[in-house]
Amino acid sequence: MVAHALAEAVTYPAVGASLDVERISHAFDIDGNVLPVLDDVNFSVKPGEFIALLGPSGCGKSTLLRLVAGLEAPRSGVLREDGDPVTGPFPSRVVVFQDPTLFPWRTVWNNVALGLEAQGILKTQRQRVDAALELVGLSQFRNAYPHQLSGGMAQRVALARALVNDPKILILDEPLGKLDSLTRITMQAEIVALWQRKGFTTLLVTHDVEEALFLANRVIVFSDRPARIKADIAVDRPYPRHRGDPRLAELRRNILGLLGLDATW
Amino acid sequence: MSTYSVSKAVALAQSAEEGAALVGRPPSLSFSFPAGGTGVFASLAWIGFGISCLWWPDIGDWTRTHQLAAAAFVIAGAIFLATVAGSRLGRFNAGLQKRAPWLLVSALFLTLWEVATAKFAWLPLPFFPPPQSIIEVYTDDLPKLLDSIFASVKLQLGGYVIGAAVGFLTGVSIGWSRSVGYWVHPVLRFIGPLPATAWLPIAFFTFPSSWSASTFLIALATGFPVTVLTWSGVASVSNAYYDVARTLGAKPSFLVLKVAIPAALPHVFVGLFMGLGSSFAVLVVAEMIGVKAGLGWYLQWAQGWAAYANMYAALIVMSLLCSGAITLLFRTRDRLLIWQKGVVKW
Repeated sequence: MVAHALAEAVTYPAVGASLDVERISHAFDIDGNVLPVLDDVNFSVKPGEFIALLGPSGCGKSTLLRLVAGLEAPRSGVLREDGDPVTGPFPSRVVVFQDPTLFPWRTVWNNVALGLEAQGILKTQRQRVDAALELVGLSQFRNAYPHQLSGGMAQRVALARALVNDPKILILDEPLGKLDSLTRITMQAEIVALWQRKGFTTLLVTHDVEEALFLANRVIVFSDRPARIKADIAVDRPYPRHRGDPRLAELRRNILGLLGLDATW
Repeated sequence: MSTYSVSKAVALAQSAEEGAALVGRPPSLSFSFPAGGTGVFASLAWIGFGISCLWWPDIGDWTRTHQLAAAAFVIAGAIFLATVAGSRLGRFNAGLQKRAPWLLVSALFLTLWEVATAKFAWLPLPFFPPPQSIIEVYTDDLPKLLDSIFASVKLQLGGYVIGAAVGFLTGVSIGWSRSVGYWVHPVLRFIGPLPATAWLPIAFFTFPSSWSASTFLIALATGFPVTVLTWSGVASVSNAYYDVARTLGAKPSFLVLKVAIPAALPHVFVGLFMGLGSSFAVLVVAEMIGVKAGLGWYLQWAQGWAAYANMYAALIVMSLLCSGAITLLFRTRDRLLIWQKGVVKW
């Protein structure tokens, strides 16, 4: 479905931005107690790279994504997009959350149009909404309301809503976490295809080691909270990848070892 | 992190919605009669009502008995013809079929009413007028009644629109801005729960006219629930929606107009519904006490003259107007909130 859509889709220039995460530390105040969540996190991402962030549940990966998106400011450290410090949200860095969070009062088309409408350019750029819907294979559902969609379709709409803005950095916060395993496998392939086609830089938070290895150029493994980087692993396999690849199995064992879960494997 | 608050907010919206929906939903009497059977019985019942008007002599002096009987026969004929024409009338027929049990029961009720008042006076007479005397009011006192209706609708509409608009804007402001909330919230807590009718004595001598005083009171009665519900609606919008909009480049005005308000709209309609109910009460009391026009005044005037038929006639009109207004509000809501179909139970 996507392959077909890709063949017809409008071509965009490869637009990935570089991202520098420079000595980021962050903490939350909870009932007067300071809870450190990120501890001196330092890494950089080349334009067009696909990075997966892996770590135990609640370690602060999602917080890091919120900082990259500009939804919150870090307690210390700087984030740079193409060398410029991140000071707030901007449509060049778009997030797809774990819940699709589509606006229930808007149709699919109007949900996808949200970004262009918010930026005041929808009137002249309507065809971009159609193209984005085409890209995720949901053109026939343009007039449907979110409650009429399945979980996978809703997440595809959320993806289209992000892609319509031609992001330089696509931020994926466990976007497939709540989908059934079959839809997950399909959408993993779709995400790779979209990323290769569009060339945006991608940051993916996931709990799924296999997913990280199937999708990413590099997997960054975090420790328990407060999160610090435990390992930065290059996944040196070409795309399209195969889940049975012995090299990926080897990497998975390494990563599970880093997370302290190798005994169960 | 905000999943808990999201589900809580949704649950709240749903329960409030369902409460309102229950009020607006007509009870579904699911009789299953053979097609047309009930229609024929309804027709017969209306003939029976017409005969009951003519069979016995009236014990009082009413001028519209014969016309009432004639009207009953015309209705009976119309029901019969429509039933016989059946499916050729299409949707109208379907509607008739659905309402046939009600037509039947109302004819029986009217017959009982007629016999119990005009014919045998089982109910004491000046207080329980027969149907024909109410028809008499509608035909003979029509100009005065129409004037009253017009005055009531004008007063109600003005006050309600002002109250709803002010309430909505206040609700959005306190839901959105902490500093507005800081100043308005205590005032709202102090003044809001006071029944608007308690202001009547003060309002009538501080305002230049009784009309402006009543408009103010109706607006007040409408404004409080609209404010509170709009506020809670805006305050319970999930942060996730704002996050999404912000990462897509939304400015604060977009967040208010395109995120907060649409998300709060189901609550706003509950507020509008509650405001409508309490403003009706204020309208009638204000008209009975100070305003020299309107249906409330008409009721008061009729009571002064012991014109009981006029009171019933005015009450019937009043109830039609109120239920019409509520129906209109629900139709508007159903149109605007079409997206809720399937999300909540209607």
